[in-house]
Amino acid sequence: MAALGGLLVLLPVAAMAARVNWPQFIPLITSESSLTALGLSLRTSAASTALCIILGVPLALVLARATFPGQRLLRSFVLLPLVLPPVVGGIALLYTFGRQGLLGRNLELLGIQVAFSTAAVVLAQTFVALPFLVVSLEGALRTAGGRYEAVAATLGARPGTVLRRVTVPLVLPGLASGAVLSFARGLGEFGATLTFAGSLQGVTRTLPLEIYLQRETDADAAVALSLVLVAVAVTVVALSYRGPRRTGTAAGTTAARATGGGVQ
Amino acid sequence: MKSARRNPAALPAALLTAGLLATVLSACAPGAPGGTGHTSNGPGNAAASGTGSPQLSGKVTVFAAASLKSVFTRLAGEFESRNPGTEVVLSFAGSSDLVTQISQGAPADVFASADSKNMAKLQAESLVDAPINFATNTLEIAVPPGNPASITSFADLARPGIKVVVCASQVPCGAAADKIEGATDAALKPVSEESSVTDVLGKVASGEADAGLVYVTDVKNAVGKVEGIPFPEARQALNTYPIASVGTARNKELAAAFISLVTGSDGQRMLADAGFGAP
Repeated sequence: MAALGGLLVLLPVAAMAARVNWPQFIPLITSESSLTALGLSLRTSAASTALCIILGVPLALVLARATFPGQRLLRSFVLLPLVLPPVVGGIALLYTFGRQGLLGRNLELLGIQVAFSTAAVVLAQTFVALPFLVVSLEGALRTAGGRYEAVAATLGARPGTVLRRVTVPLVLPGLASGAVLSFARGLGEFGATLTFAGSLQGVTRTLPLEIYLQRETDADAAVALSLVLVAVAVTVVALSYRGPRRTGTAAGTTAARATGGGVQ
Repeated sequence: MKSARRNPAALPAALLTAGLLATVLSACAPGAPGGTGHTSNGPGNAAASGTGSPQLSGKVTVFAAASLKSVFTRLAGEFESRNPGTEVVLSFAGSSDLVTQISQGAPADVFASADSKNMAKLQAESLVDAPINFATNTLEIAVPPGNPASITSFADLARPGIKVVVCASQVPCGAAADKIEGATDAALKPVSEESSVTDVLGKVASGEADAGLVYVTDVKNAVGKVEGIPFPEARQALNTYPIASVGTARNKELAAAFISLVTGSDGQRMLADAGFGAP
């Protein structure tokens, strides 16, 4: 069964690789529109990953460490983009940040236009990628537990110091893999972008949108670009799973360092 | 220190709820009731539209361009009510998507394309019988209700500050827009070049864009959501819709009968009602 499961993922990728027009591969993926799309994808994914970290770290901390009414509901909502069809996410974003949307109308008065801009792409990617960061980090926080933080606190570390010197170093591998997964998810984002941001070369047409469009006329180019996207995604995911090595062992010394080394 | 290690049992339940929501949303495909053009049930009439064979039964699978969705849904209803015991299975997508599916062996009996170019791809592979042109379509300017940017002509689309959305050149509606632009002096600077006419319409209906170039029939289908502004330059790019029986059709007779309905007088009247032009 495990082999079958592996095959289900591997076989289609291999079948696609077999269809690549290798003699034309380099010219196909280095065309101007392809390079523009790849560059845009990398830039927007980096920006959305940064946004995921800024918004996701506090969220994961609150979900893992605090208890308050409505916490379960909050977690469910944070995870919602994982299971929503991306196009539904796009529609939701449209009615929030669009020109006629809930916030978009006010933003427009301030002279900020999100519609059809690169910012819209980043927003869509952040929306779909945020749960990956929150889930990874919350899991790491729960695994680490609150003991080291408690020890650090009893030794006189202030909450800010505990967070900076104990909690963050403890969960760094979890945060790193969460960030990498968010980046990969942002890179592959299609539905929400198409619905919410539009498709214009160099502005909103990311690599998945370029593939979708190329497929209309040039199947070879679409297949070649798909393979590039697979390669980038595999690299990124492989990098993220090299991380989690020094979790439990370093924790004691981390707590010790936080309080000036008086634990033992 | 609050070391909350709670049972995360809420997660599966939440995922399930959200999954259900998604299923319900995607299952809400509109199914227009058939029989609008249903004038007579008489055997003479049925013979005239080519569905006269009393032995017709079974299932016919029709792959049709997305722009045909509402009219073909009505035509399928009409076909089924004229031929009890038959079932028309409809699959709508972009013409090039359907071509890819058919050439990869999808079980289609009839293919109706939004342009001759995509039909020609299947002809080149000898996958379809000789196609018949059954309708035409032209572009129209779609604007949000109330026409906030006061668009009245094709030239208005080139005004600075106007957010125009068009189809990308790679898809039929974009090729038509390019052709019109080439024939006029207006140089459009679209804010987005979409992969399908549905996406253009969505951007206009939601008010994101001030105007978009879509088909006349799309505007007719989106009554209340967008307003249409016809423009004379549209005649520069006439889109022809061909229909053909797929070579591997399991039920050739039924496929032929469905094509006869589409190309016959009743089918043509229903197409005209939907805003399509005569072939």
